Amino acid sequence: MENKDFRAPLSQKAHTVEKPAEPNQIGGTVSVEINEKKISVPLGTTILEACRQNQIHIPTLCYHDDLCIAGVCRICVVEVEGMRTLQASCAFPITAPIKIKTSTSLVRKARRDIIDLMLSEHYGECYSCVKNGNCELQNLAKEYGVDSYKFGHVKEPLFEIDESSYSVVRDMTKCIMCKRCVRTCIDLQEVGVLEAVGRGHETHISTFMDKPLGEVICINCGQCINRCPTGALHAQDPSDVVWSAIDDPNKHVVIQTAPSPRAAIGEEFGLEAGHSLTQELNTALKRIGFDAVFDTNFTADLTIIEEGTELILRLYKALAENDKSVALPQFTSCSPGWVKYLEHFFPEYINNLSSAKSPQQMFGALIKTFYAEKSGINPEDIVSVAVMPCSAKKFECNRPEMQDSGYKDVDFGLTTRELAKMIREAGIYLPEMPKTHFDSPFGDASGAGLIFGATGGVMEAAIRTIIEFVTGDKTEDVFENANVIPVRGFDGIKYLEIPITEVGEVPDLIKHLIPDWNWLKGVTIKAAVVHGTANAKKVMEDIIAGGKFSGCHFIEFMACPGGCLGGGGQPIPTNEEIRKKRAQAIYAEDESLEIRKSHENPNIVRIYKEYLKDGPCGHKSHKLLHTQYIKRGKYIA
Amino acid sequence: MTITKTKRTGSVIFSEYKSGESIKKALSLKRDDILFEMRTSKLKGRGGAGFPTATKWMLAAASISKEKFVICNADEGEPGTFKDRVLLLEYPELVMDGMVVAGYTIGAEKGIIYLRGEYEYMIQSLEDYLENMRRENLLGNNILQTGFNFDVSIRMGSGAYVCGEETALIESLEGQRGEARNKPPYPVNTGFLGRPTIVNNVETLCAVSHIVVKGGEWFKTYGTDKSTGSKLFSISGDCKYPGVYELPWGTSINELLDKVGASHTKAVQVGGASGICLSKNEFDRKLSFEDVPTGGSIMIFNETRDMIKILKNYMEFFVEESCGQCTPCRIGNKKLLEGVKMIEEGTITYSYLKSLRELGHTMQVASKCGLGQSSPNSFISITEKFKDEIFRYGNGGNNGK
Repeated sequence: MENKDFRAPLSQKAHTVEKPAEPNQIGGTVSVEINEKKISVPLGTTILEACRQNQIHIPTLCYHDDLCIAGVCRICVVEVEGMRTLQASCAFPITAPIKIKTSTSLVRKARRDIIDLMLSEHYGECYSCVKNGNCELQNLAKEYGVDSYKFGHVKEPLFEIDESSYSVVRDMTKCIMCKRCVRTCIDLQEVGVLEAVGRGHETHISTFMDKPLGEVICINCGQCINRCPTGALHAQDPSDVVWSAIDDPNKHVVIQTAPSPRAAIGEEFGLEAGHSLTQELNTALKRIGFDAVFDTNFTADLTIIEEGTELILRLYKALAENDKSVALPQFTSCSPGWVKYLEHFFPEYINNLSSAKSPQQMFGALIKTFYAEKSGINPEDIVSVAVMPCSAKKFECNRPEMQDSGYKDVDFGLTTRELAKMIREAGIYLPEMPKTHFDSPFGDASGAGLIFGATGGVMEAAIRTIIEFVTGDKTEDVFENANVIPVRGFDGIKYLEIPITEVGEVPDLIKHLIPDWNWLKGVTIKAAVVHGTANAKKVMEDIIAGGKFSGCHFIEFMACPGGCLGGGGQPIPTNEEIRKKRAQAIYAEDESLEIRKSHENPNIVRIYKEYLKDGPCGHKSHKLLHTQYIKRGKYIA
Repeated sequence: MTITKTKRTGSVIFSEYKSGESIKKALSLKRDDILFEMRTSKLKGRGGAGFPTATKWMLAAASISKEKFVICNADEGEPGTFKDRVLLLEYPELVMDGMVVAGYTIGAEKGIIYLRGEYEYMIQSLEDYLENMRRENLLGNNILQTGFNFDVSIRMGSGAYVCGEETALIESLEGQRGEARNKPPYPVNTGFLGRPTIVNNVETLCAVSHIVVKGGEWFKTYGTDKSTGSKLFSISGDCKYPGVYELPWGTSINELLDKVGASHTKAVQVGGASGICLSKNEFDRKLSFEDVPTGGSIMIFNETRDMIKILKNYMEFFVEESCGQCTPCRIGNKKLLEGVKMIEEGTITYSYLKSLRELGHTMQVASKCGLGQSSPNSFISITEKFKDEIFRYGNGGNNGK
């Protein structure tokens, strides 16, 4: 039996008709008539796809570009001549010449009835909903002219709002059972926390044993939030508390901004995807009232140095000292969703995770130590906020071990969406803001830190630095314009080999750690880049089976499809096209920068001189910039 | 448990048949000849939907795959049907032989009986019967030295009504939630484990055994032109002689009522909870695919019965038994049930009742599977045909609104 016959347990993946690889072959296309217009489509094209290609709008709800087909909401029904019932256009592959009508009175009435049915069980008022203005159900009601609750309306909430998770809030009273979250969790991410339980009218989306989300193996990636058509799923929003901190004159409120939110926040203000608003955002944040605005890319650069040094030390032990106990490949640890995924599903591999904290948490620890000392502010009065493309960052900053500064290193994590809301609330139209730089003492960062936002970015940044560290050559000599193209792009799993033929001098920064590079001469560095936990699962299973990836030295893992730019805190909607545009924006900004390598960032050089005096992976950096992980397994949430 | 076989007599299904007869005959025939015989017989599926069996088999036989499956749908769950129980307990030879013939015809080597959870008590006798067939070389490897392999296993349902729907049944067999799949692709191309699969009702397979032995022409001599052969009816309710009857298609309701000793009949529910309700002035209608189609459930209600209570019972059933995946069925049935409760309370308005009936029509065309497409049938037919009973609950006061 071929592998594709097996589905993940409880998978929602239905059997679909495969399209021919070559539509031009005989029988590769089929002619159809849509609303009396004759067209020709590749065999197996769904009615929905055929309509979209021909500018015919079909409303959808349970359909999502990123997900497998469900065909359950029934809003996309159309008439197919000769069939007794209406057909869900998203789920109907065209394999024979058929005649389709997309807006007959029967179709319109059915759609309207379905909307009315959904509204009859959809609790709450639009104006008190987080998705007000960006809700697919609300849009449909408008599109179909709903002017009354034909089949009544829920007066009492049927479910308690589940706020147990640091990251994701579930308000099942707003759920319309489209199962996008289930398909996201089971099939897209292969985590499997959410599932339909119960039967008949009592069917609802729930977790294992109906436990609160904070008590199950949710990795907080928030991909379900990005795909929920209503307000049933949203992130824990701390913006009110952040506002009161801003309003409190005794508090010094600082904010760090990650690379991905800047590349996407324009979408919240009506711009097309793919417009970076980095420096406009700096101005807006200052106008809102943040006392200092820092660039997370600075600690992304720092991550490269710390994590890179850690990798060099591991490789040195394994290759030069022949120590078999070294955990290789080293896994990146920037993505808190991935970290928690590994802790739950492959806890025996936590030693492979780099002990370096994520850029957010490194910054948090430095703000309440280095920055506090330097600017003479009592760390107790500092409120440290991070704007992230991520919902898992909210969980990460609440991990009990993240208090190495003596205080909670990062107080609040805001998503891109929540920050956009705060900016709107302050009466600011972001795209029109003037441009300003980031604040000292951390200043502007390198392009290497910036590309952390896209899948492959951490790897590319690491390669740019490690090549120069080891060979003494310029990265530009190996990769044109220092663009490491093989690790870019949205392939789920990317693999790269870099043979080291020449070695140079050990740079001063890590000279005290290793004597020379001769042990690396002739070694081929093997690396991989993985995004989406479903792909991570494949790679982890390959490692366990002793396959190709077990021979890797370094693997970048990101929990979300596309990396951080597709994170659970990013603007909604999302699909691959949007994610590609965000990636383009990030790479374009990287190329526009003068400094594009982490080790060339003068602020990095300075901090090792002034503060982290014992160097990368030294005592102080270990205290502040490194962490440890928990073997959670399936029993510790 | 021991089964005492009361000898039933009937024209087709209950006619004379010797165990293994159809297997012997079929294996001596070419596959195309069997398909031809099936097509001649015009046999339609006995589960209720009435899909032509020969077409289903031809499509599956034409599918190219290294593995195919024959599934016997024994998830007899429609309220008021109990004919498959009789067939499985008293005529297992017809069912099993029919499965082997089906396997031979479409080129399958594996058969699965999906047995209703409540029929767990039958497992032993069915397993014994299968073991017996294996001993007689009617099942297993190299059946009757023809080189044809086929074996049957039994899998239990878990009590979900929707798993009688063929794709939900297959999902259930694969270990998933019992939820109907999108069609197309149909199971004849992409069924159990993605393989071509035919799902046939117990009674259909029994008819197959007879057709193979006695021929399609013989089968056609019973019933009507479009509804050939006979049908087993599970008759319950207000009558003297309830039970399983074999009657030719085309029998009128009146004839049937006479036969089972029903009197003062007010309504007859044909086709179970998902069927339609006939009132007195329709009792001359004929049970057949062209007039009143049915999977065999006939429930008789006399004049003492309250139609609204009956309807409420049906709707409660569907609210619970919907698989809950598609909107029209999950919420629609609930709204219809609420409507019935409003009738009872005397609070419904006629305009709302009309909206609900229209909703019923939407459910019939927009639901994902047969469950939601047929669940509003009883609501629509009862509220249309028994308007006077709606008045009785005091809704007269709301008349005209």
